[in-house]
Amino acid sequence: MLNIKCPYCGDRAQKEFAYGGDGTVKRPELNKEVSNKEWDDFVYMRKSLRGKHIELWHHISGCRQWFRAQRDTATHEIFKTAKISEEI
Amino acid sequence: MSQEFRLNNEGLINRKKEIIFSFNGKKYTGYEGDTLASALLANGVHLVSRSFKYHRPRGFFGAGVDEPNAKLQVTMNGYSEPNVNATEIELVKGLSANSQNCWPSVNFDVGAINNFLNRFFPAGFYYKTFMWPKSFWYKIYEPFIRKAAGLGVASVEKDNERYEHKYEYCDLLVAGSGPAGLSSAFAAAKNGAKVILAEDKPRFGGTLLTDDVTIDNLSGKDWADKIISELKEMPNVVVKNRSQVFGYYDHNMTVMFERIGDHLEQKSKFTPRQRLWYIRAKEVLLSTGSIERPIVFGNNDTPGIFLSAAAKEYIKVYGVLVGKKPVIFTNNDSAYETALEFKKNGINPIVLDTREEQNSQLVQDVKNQNITIKFSHAIIVANGYKKVNSVLVGKLNKNKTDYEKTEIIECDCVCVSGFWTPTVHLASQSGNKLSYNDKIDAFVPDKSKQSEKSIGAANGTFTLKETIENGFKIGSEASSRITKKNNPITIPKSNELNHNPHDKFWCSPLPKGKNYKRFVDFQNDVAVSDIEIALKEGYRSIEHVKRYTTLGMATDQGRTSNLNGLQLVANIEKKIVPQVGHTTFRPPFTPITIGAIVGREIGKEFMPTRKTPMHDWHEKNNAVFVDAGAWKRPRYYKQGNETLSEASRREAKNVRDYVGICDVTTLGKIDIKGPDAAELLNRVYTNAWLKLPVGKARYGVMLREDGIVMDDGTTTRISENHFHMTTTTLQAANVLSHLEYYLQVVWPELNVNVLSTTEQWAGLSLAGPKSRDVLAKLFPNLNVSNEALPFMGYVEGSLFGVEARIFRISFSGELAFEINVKSDHGIFMWEKTMEIGKEFNIQPYGTEALSTLRIEMGHVAGPELDGRTIPYDLSLEGLISNNKDFIGKRSLGREAFKSDSRQKIVGLIPVDKKSSIPEGSHLVENKDAKLPNPKIGYVSSSCWSVENNNPFSLGILKNGKNMIGKKLFALSPLKNTVIEVEVISSHYVDHEGKRVRS
Ligand SMILES: [Zn+2]
Repeated sequence: MLNIKCPYCGDRAQKEFAYGGDGTVKRPELNKEVSNKEWDDFVYMRKSLRGKHIELWHHISGCRQWFRAQRDTATHEIFKTAKISEEI
Repeated sequence: MSQEFRLNNEGLINRKKEIIFSFNGKKYTGYEGDTLASALLANGVHLVSRSFKYHRPRGFFGAGVDEPNAKLQVTMNGYSEPNVNATEIELVKGLSANSQNCWPSVNFDVGAINNFLNRFFPAGFYYKTFMWPKSFWYKIYEPFIRKAAGLGVASVEKDNERYEHKYEYCDLLVAGSGPAGLSSAFAAAKNGAKVILAEDKPRFGGTLLTDDVTIDNLSGKDWADKIISELKEMPNVVVKNRSQVFGYYDHNMTVMFERIGDHLEQKSKFTPRQRLWYIRAKEVLLSTGSIERPIVFGNNDTPGIFLSAAAKEYIKVYGVLVGKKPVIFTNNDSAYETALEFKKNGINPIVLDTREEQNSQLVQDVKNQNITIKFSHAIIVANGYKKVNSVLVGKLNKNKTDYEKTEIIECDCVCVSGFWTPTVHLASQSGNKLSYNDKIDAFVPDKSKQSEKSIGAANGTFTLKETIENGFKIGSEASSRITKKNNPITIPKSNELNHNPHDKFWCSPLPKGKNYKRFVDFQNDVAVSDIEIALKEGYRSIEHVKRYTTLGMATDQGRTSNLNGLQLVANIEKKIVPQVGHTTFRPPFTPITIGAIVGREIGKEFMPTRKTPMHDWHEKNNAVFVDAGAWKRPRYYKQGNETLSEASRREAKNVRDYVGICDVTTLGKIDIKGPDAAELLNRVYTNAWLKLPVGKARYGVMLREDGIVMDDGTTTRISENHFHMTTTTLQAANVLSHLEYYLQVVWPELNVNVLSTTEQWAGLSLAGPKSRDVLAKLFPNLNVSNEALPFMGYVEGSLFGVEARIFRISFSGELAFEINVKSDHGIFMWEKTMEIGKEFNIQPYGTEALSTLRIEMGHVAGPELDGRTIPYDLSLEGLISNNKDFIGKRSLGREAFKSDSRQKIVGLIPVDKKSSIPEGSHLVENKDAKLPNPKIGYVSSSCWSVENNNPFSLGILKNGKNMIGKKLFALSPLKNTVIEVEVISSHYVDHEGKRVRS
């Protein structure tokens, strides 16, 4: 079980969190024409990285805030967590 | 009741307290402080089990976790447990144990014929034999293997013991309380670190209990006792015996298994049997010691053959002799300590050493005691079937490949030592890639991946002096990094005898023409010849050899066999061990109980139960409940001997004819507030929301970004910037997370707050032609006419003084209202409504009637919103706004989603108007088509239409739009039914929706 530092609450056990996937995906703006490819990339295409991965977590059994974490997918080392409004 | 192998003065057992126990039906006596193994050995019992494959007689081999043979079926407190290690379980009054893998008895075992047929049981035997014909598998092969493979028998009784979980955080976790663990824990504790010291065995001290050493002029044991009692006095230290750290997980999370109850003669009802500790430590020090490995020779599995350290432990800890005529067979000095212990107790051992003449301090000591030592000698084969009675010994030639001359030495036990293997399991589990140390011919931890460090024998350090020095140093350093304190340490002086290097000899060669079984892995019955066959057959990777031969795959995880197995593969392959590599170590280190893993999460504590405020009323009125997530919902209210279907038809009919009342508290409710609340809804739902007037509700459907329908429900505008959203019961949590995601991550510029209010409101639905009459009497001061409160209208009122929200919404297709009050008033609202509704023939209805009503109307619910349907499929295209963007809209433009022949919701009635169509049935055109019969749709929901008095179902059908009027077949292979059905519209009742607007 990982130990995750919620930027609002501090260190907590993994079981308090829900995983939210790739944290670098940008949703296309509303009302903007987007190509099929652009839309497919947004909805379906994700990298399966080995190494540093910026991802979303949701402190679902805590403050209910979404935040980003930088985690090594091979070792599970978490280098940093940050509020959505902050740089990571 | 004699214990003829018990010594009078040795050991740490309590001779004042006798314990009577039974083994294979016979009564024996032991002492408090014994293990089951030591007590049996004190009584001269060696034969305890039959081997796994060949059913060969087996006796005790080790004295702790190293034991491969003595797995017994043990009954305590009326509860029977299989595969209990006799060398680990403590003797307790009333304990009764039985051998497992034998029939009819351990003394006469029919399966032992396998031993004489052993040429038919080579490596890969199961793979090779039980293959063809396929039809033999279930009836013949599997039952045979199950019976023959017999480990113990799991109890079928309910386990009434209590198991607990505990979470703990500390600076330093020290696993193992031998000299390394004690010194490091002590040094760390002195620096003020929060320390947990865990010891697997009942007694602290590890090898200090058995080795003839002194520390600070105290015996090893006295020094250990002194340190432990000092540690126990310190508030920053937790000291735990009977506690094994068995698993090492991510982010320095370890799990410890504490045995609390089994050794107690009497324990209170609330004392758990076992406890799992989840420990998150800043630093983990692994002082798990080492395990002696055997030397392989002919019939080396005969009862009476022991590891030499085990024989020493039986003397020093339990005061038990494993034999009175011992032969000691070794390639190193440590077995000489065992020889000395025998001698001290008046027994004359013979030592066989594979090395040439040695003169270390220790060997010299043995020589001075006039103990016979034969250098350059090895055991070729042990004689005796159920107990060793002699060994054939050979003088090794110069290359140690053959024997110059042989002789027979009579004995009643053999103590064997092939040097030491560091216990690296936890280090390996933590991600530490091991490296091979050819000074000790074993793997040791290398670079740490987590905050862990191995010390002492676990790290390949075999001298006491170095172990204690490292322990103090590392314990002090690791703790001062955390506490920033640096208490000066004085390393105690220790005394031990010097050892000479060991010999790499690990397996006695077979004399020409001889074919003795030489076992590498006792528990899984893997002999040298099995591994040779596997390699001959082309297996190369050690992971494959392991699986093919089952080497090291038994519950002892190959603790005594791994290295000898690797050595053998290396020899055959003409490689060195590090080139062969090692297999993966996995938790748990030793087997733990399922009960401990499950803990208190059993029965009703398995998950929380959510009850509505009206739950007790439902219970009193004979509700039969159904689980909806964690919620309990009334499925129907049973009257007399009614069946489910009779009751639900009665309840549904009563709604259609008069008025019904349904508890809808479980619907998800989300409070949405803020200046951008309407904008959020407009983006989340497929239809338009900006112009919804205050005091109006609207039905909405929300999609995922891939265009699939996620959930539906009604949302009401309470005031300009305040909405009340409802979700389906099961999606409530997902919808909240979904909204939070868009508000926090995607559109943080929206000024909106969302909050779950599901628990805050109790809700009831009042449905049926008489519902307005009931409502009018509940709210006499409120105008509830069709004009004042039209369909999809919302008002607030006072229900006999209780604030209430009234929504005119309908799921049943009837004129209906939903009333919400604060949860505390839920039961008042419910009872008042029942009381007032009496004259209008009101009846409560459950989820089954609720389903019937919505299915008849063609309303979609969970079975249709199954994560595979888009709005078009559900005939919800009318809710798709063309004038705005929303979540998932772009996906609806995909080619396949626009196809005219897409699946679509339809109604289905059986042609005979009688047969109910099972939910999940496949829809096919030709019932007799060749399998696999092409499936063109499926039945999602079924009911008995109370309106039309025949079965009716909803289905999702390919090209459904153009299939109305067609006849198809609904096949249910599960229910074994074939029903001819006619495709009709999904709106079976009130096509125009007049009733809800009446
Ligand atoms: Zn938080």
